[in-house]
Amino acid sequence: MQSSQQLPADLTAHFYDLHEHDHPEGGSTLLGFWIYLMSDCLIFAILFATYAVLGGNLAAGPGPQDLFDLPLVALNTAMLLFSSITYGFAMLAMARGEQRQTLLWLGVTGLFGLMFLGIELYEFHHLIHLGATPQRSAFLSAFFTLVGTHGLHVTFGIIWLVTLMVQIDRHGLKPANQRRLMCLSLFWHFLDVIWIGVFTLVYLMGMLR
Amino acid sequence: MSAAAPVAIHPVFGRLSLDALPLHEPIVVATFVAVVIGGLTTLALLTRYRLWGMLWNDWFTSVDHKKIGIMYMVLGLVMFLRGFADAIMMRLQQAMAFNGSEGYLNAHHYDQIFTAHGVIMIFFVAMPFVTGLMNYIVPLQIGARDVSFPFLNNFSFWMTTAGAVLVMASLFVGEFAQTGWLAYPPLSGIAYSPASGVDYYIWSLQIAGVGTTLSGINLIVTILKLRAPGMTLMKMPVFTWTSLCTNVLIVASFPVLTAVLTLLTLDRYVGTNFFTNDFGGSPMMYVNLIWIWGHPEVYILILPLFGVFSEVTSTFSGKRLFGYTSMVYATIVITILSYVVWLHHFFTMGSGASVNSFFGITTMVISIPTGAKLFNWLFTMYRGRIRFELPMMWTIAFMLTFVIGGMTGVLLAVPPADFVLHNSLFLIAHFHNVIIGGVLFGLFAAINFWWPKAFGFKLDVFWGKISFWCWVVGFWLAFMPLYILGLMGVTRRMRVFDDPSLQIWFVIAGIGAVVIAAGIGAMLVQFAVSIWRRDSLRDSSGDPWNGRTLEWATSSPPPDYNFAFTPVVHSLDAWHEMKQAGVKRPESGFRAIHMPRNTGTGVILSAICIVGGFAMIWYMWWLAALSLLAVIAVSIAHTFNYHRDFHIAADTVSETEAARTRQLAGAQAAGGA
Amino acid sequence: MPHPRHGRLFGILSLAPLALLPGCDMVVLDAAGDIARQQGNLVILSTLLMLIVIVPVMAMTIFFAWTYRAANREARYDPEWNHSTHLELAIWGAPLLIIICLGAVTWVGTHLLDPYRPLARVSPGQPVLPDTRPLEVQVVALDWKWLFIYPEYGIATVNELAAPIDRPIRFRISSSSVMNSFYVPALAGQIYAMPGMETKLHAVFNRPGSYRGFSANYSGAGFSGMRFHAHGLSQADFDRWISDVRAGGGRLDRMAYLELERPSENVPVIRFAQVERDLFHAVLNLCVEPGKMCMHDMMSIDARGGLGLAGAYNVGQLSYDKFAGRGSEGGRPARMMVAATCDTRPVAADNFELPTPVVLAPLLGAGLVNGSQTLLSRITPLPAAR
Repeated sequence: MQSSQQLPADLTAHFYDLHEHDHPEGGSTLLGFWIYLMSDCLIFAILFATYAVLGGNLAAGPGPQDLFDLPLVALNTAMLLFSSITYGFAMLAMARGEQRQTLLWLGVTGLFGLMFLGIELYEFHHLIHLGATPQRSAFLSAFFTLVGTHGLHVTFGIIWLVTLMVQIDRHGLKPANQRRLMCLSLFWHFLDVIWIGVFTLVYLMGMLR
Repeated sequence: MSAAAPVAIHPVFGRLSLDALPLHEPIVVATFVAVVIGGLTTLALLTRYRLWGMLWNDWFTSVDHKKIGIMYMVLGLVMFLRGFADAIMMRLQQAMAFNGSEGYLNAHHYDQIFTAHGVIMIFFVAMPFVTGLMNYIVPLQIGARDVSFPFLNNFSFWMTTAGAVLVMASLFVGEFAQTGWLAYPPLSGIAYSPASGVDYYIWSLQIAGVGTTLSGINLIVTILKLRAPGMTLMKMPVFTWTSLCTNVLIVASFPVLTAVLTLLTLDRYVGTNFFTNDFGGSPMMYVNLIWIWGHPEVYILILPLFGVFSEVTSTFSGKRLFGYTSMVYATIVITILSYVVWLHHFFTMGSGASVNSFFGITTMVISIPTGAKLFNWLFTMYRGRIRFELPMMWTIAFMLTFVIGGMTGVLLAVPPADFVLHNSLFLIAHFHNVIIGGVLFGLFAAINFWWPKAFGFKLDVFWGKISFWCWVVGFWLAFMPLYILGLMGVTRRMRVFDDPSLQIWFVIAGIGAVVIAAGIGAMLVQFAVSIWRRDSLRDSSGDPWNGRTLEWATSSPPPDYNFAFTPVVHSLDAWHEMKQAGVKRPESGFRAIHMPRNTGTGVILSAICIVGGFAMIWYMWWLAALSLLAVIAVSIAHTFNYHRDFHIAADTVSETEAARTRQLAGAQAAGGA
Repeated sequence: MPHPRHGRLFGILSLAPLALLPGCDMVVLDAAGDIARQQGNLVILSTLLMLIVIVPVMAMTIFFAWTYRAANREARYDPEWNHSTHLELAIWGAPLLIIICLGAVTWVGTHLLDPYRPLARVSPGQPVLPDTRPLEVQVVALDWKWLFIYPEYGIATVNELAAPIDRPIRFRISSSSVMNSFYVPALAGQIYAMPGMETKLHAVFNRPGSYRGFSANYSGAGFSGMRFHAHGLSQADFDRWISDVRAGGGRLDRMAYLELERPSENVPVIRFAQVERDLFHAVLNLCVEPGKMCMHDMMSIDARGGLGLAGAYNVGQLSYDKFAGRGSEGGRPARMMVAATCDTRPVAADNFELPTPVVLAPLLGAGLVNGSQTLLSRITPLPAAR
């Protein structure tokens, strides 16, 4: 701005990037995906808040202590934690460029995810069978919605995982697929973190209350 | 309120039947006929002039941020006409319904109209306008070739459009919500609104909300990652700064709306108890949650326009913006504070005095950075050389109008004052004062300012001035009476009145609305006349206002790739500096430019979402399930396409740039002569 | 707080041009009740405070726009001038000072005019005497009319409110179905009326007259017709009004209430000479209908951890309006069980804080407590033994 400032002789080169190279595709994907995860996190925050507000409104019905089976939930938590570890192994394999290993670990991750979902569905079925339906009380509405939304995320994670396995199988560990694996990795670990919150706030504190 | 008689659910058509067509409402039937005739004429013309291919290839499937920006603006304009039609119908009803007259609208129709007016104006007018503006301008201002995720941008636009389509469909199939624009339960619960209206509300907002959130993410990443070299955060143009803050607000608030609407959906569809009176639900929680989104939303709308006013004031005063740093910090402070004021929308719900005072005072604190901005614009004008072109006229009108709206806003933040003015027409006057005086005037400034950039010719000044004066005069005529009525203790959303002394004020407000209608008409004429006379309004310099930021460095309209060579930024007002230094455009050595490829996936996904939303609204479960599967399938299929980019050949770039060189030489010669 | 007379003077001065307009009765700025008047004064005071900044800004806008117009080549043009620390201090500092003043006014005003706070004065210079008992009026917003219960007199009215002037009124407000807002602009600011919840409002009339009251929160199709007249009466007129209502006959018991709460529009004034005991309490707890569990019972059960799995199917006695709006037919829950043997007899309105039977003040009306006692909100847990 200041007129005193010394401008170089070649103004065009000073003001234009004449030796620009292509920006690699997807250079900002991880940042974008991370921001998306934060927005998703906000949805969970609202669901947690809702559970915190409504969790005590049992409507003269059953409460957490009547319903939750802590060992089962602990097993479920273990499934999800293991799936995160195996996903980590898949990422390590990817970093070494070992396609088969990557696919193998992804498959194991998917199986753990499915087991998690299976146990969760069993739990839901059991509760509904007891009459503790989402319609029964505000507490149960908030419980099913919070846990169910997490479960829905895991479901989509598994669909994504399978899709990605097919794509890796077909196209190999090319940069685009590596990027996608990174995104799914963020997503998968994010769900793990959310689950820790669910396990603590809903199940553990529910049993303590 | 219709009785909650159990509706038989047809296995194929759900609860949709011929009764859903509002054949008993002559006004709606007439509108429908007009829309059908208009629609068929448009389709016929498009077919006659073989424009379908052009529309599909160059526009609908385009991932170019400039084209998407323009499509957002067109969407906003179309929906604005609908929203304004609602407004003028309300004004007419309220001016008529006195002395025992019921007016010409029954409750069922009137209650839909004020709900639709609010929903449309906020979600489908202001939001597309603002998003469109940011989409068009931000990448150009930061010297980028496009946004970070061009396909996502196209998809976002079409999701917003899908929401708008559903709202429009509610006019002719079924009904819209009769709950007010925020649909407070229990009124919006299934027990008190059993019909399809609230479901239209929910699904149109949810679908459009996906688009809004994704476009927010997209623009944040664009601004953070794609700035031209040298453009540090504190060298970013103010409009880009306000856009960044706006998109942060979008990403940090729209998920709240998504969540709270989901809970309402579950209450209505599944029978959960989030917001019910019985079984432990809490309607007050809905009110809190929706305003935790709702208040930031207000700043989502106004912040980008604050940026516009900054650019316009500085450009037309021929002067650097006064207090850039404090402007930026003011914007950031507003962004943060907008999350700690939500309770001022319901002081009257009975929170304690300390809670109310806290939120009252936080609200007032927001007026400090806002006031600082206003002073900054004032001192930008000070010792300037102000050209009163249309954008600057709108800016002055904004400054004089907005301060009044700001003042009444702070007034409403005083809880005891709010107790007497809450939900009154004073409140209505207040928020129209800031939304029309701030957001709309800002948009009109922006449209007049950047139109030449987008289309290569200026807008006609004569009709622009007519529109300007109609709007300004009409605004005060329409809303001053509402301030007075509010002080007379008149509440909002009333359909009939019993006090004849109020009528005169409603009549004046109605006249004001008519004057505003003339302003809108003049604006449409302005567009038409300008397009008609585009050759005489042509601007070949690309910089008709002696602009200061990088968007003015390109041709008008800019080439697909925006910049053949990315500019390097050394100061705020980068283009101004380049002009001062006399920098010559590079005229050789062009390379191939890497660009994203067009795709129809956004249109397809949005169409499926319309079908899916419609199916959910009418309880056609099979169709809803099918749509969900289709969305997943199409999304997955899209990820199997790895060829999403191409290169604009170096020769093509050379040709385009050579044409630009000739154009500039021509402009210079014409200017010299 | 300014001296009210000054406040009004300011108001008249600043709004004189508007007041000259024909037929313009700015009730908000010149109310008949002390509370509304103080709120109106606060409106005026805040406006004046803000005008300290607003007027100069508007003047400067016009002045700068005119002076620095491009055609005026006399004016100094300084295109690079963009910063001044002094100016920055002023433009952040001046609004800050105003907001500090306004914030102080807000803090004090909000606490003084808190609708939950019993009145300290009847009008300027006339404090509430220590033994004054406020008139209690229980307000229920129905679809789409207002029910007023006067427990002290054992009467009730629909769409008609009356109160003696200069006697504090304590409103206890609830709703039967959806959210409304109870608002008599001449009396005091509004407060929401919400089902299953109680809000409170303390106010007083100072001038006899008939004032408009209505719902200030949209509540559905019949919302526009939710109007009533609020009469400020001299004590003698009020007594006459009470005896008129009593002479008119009619009894509002639970069955009559259930009939009354069905949706209806533009309802004329209805008067009831008698009201069933504790009706408001039952309305508030969503248990007017026989066989429904009262909310306070439900909440005390919840506080003790619910009824366990045994209570899972016990939904019949809990459902209020989830399955169908109040007063509409059909929509019964699919699964209904006979209510458990839980005692759903309504508890006396405030029995957890009723004084011992040795009440010095005479028991009046429907056995109501002395009104000067502050009522705790409904969520106060009940004593364990009932």
